Amino acid sequence: MSDSKFVTPSKVTRGLGASKTGTSHHIRQRVSAIALLVLVPWFLFSIMKAALGGYADALTWVSSPVNVTLLVLTAGAAFYHMRLGMQAVIEDYIGKPGTRAALLILNTFFTAILFVVVVMSVLRIWTGG
Amino acid sequence: MSGTPKADSRPLSPHLQVWRFHATMAASITHRFTGMGLYGGTLLIAAWLAALASGPDAYATVEAIAFSIPGQILLFLWAFAVLFHFANGIRHLLWDGPGLGFNPKVASHISIFNYAFALVGAVALMAAAVLS
Repeated sequence: MSDSKFVTPSKVTRGLGASKTGTSHHIRQRVSAIALLVLVPWFLFSIMKAALGGYADALTWVSSPVNVTLLVLTAGAAFYHMRLGMQAVIEDYIGKPGTRAALLILNTFFTAILFVVVVMSVLRIWTGG
Repeated sequence: MSGTPKADSRPLSPHLQVWRFHATMAASITHRFTGMGLYGGTLLIAAWLAALASGPDAYATVEAIAFSIPGQILLFLWAFAVLFHFANGIRHLLWDGPGLGFNPKVASHISIFNYAFALVGAVALMAAAVLS
């Protein structure tokens, strides 16, 4: 990067990029993508089978410990990946600092709340409560 | 050299108005678009699971919406978005990791393949669901 004619000397010295935390964001996005590479095919096929079988089949699906584990892992990887992706979109298109900060906070809240809703629903079904 | 280089020596960012249409650029836009669609789509999955946890009455309501015509159209679009983002995501990992697929012709072919994969896959999933 340091030999690029498009990077100014001060940029090279700081080495941070536009968001100040680009490298870790990039790596986290890829690591969650690798997890989803395995989890998404499982999720797609098993939720289809579960949803087509009606209420009883769907309940049975969420009652097995293996499926509960995989569901929580899928939700964790997916919501984390989603939060990072939407963060990049907000940083790209929203220039006003106040609006940008508000949307970034909303993004974090939205994904965190939905993650908890999914996990609580799954655990509630699993424990039969 | 200090300060910012001349404005005209800097690369143009991939903006809609300055880029000629080509398959890889379309796939890039579609990747971001499907990503945002899937972001919204998780609301539906969360609603399905929450209804399942709430009991048979709530589940019947969600099931009726999902199996209605607008529901099926939404599920088809969701399947397309998942499959496209999945296939194009693998391409991104190959770009970032081993550095494969940068040749413009290859990149273009992979882009077209990703659209075909998503379309055929979504049709196959919907057909399997309807026939079961």
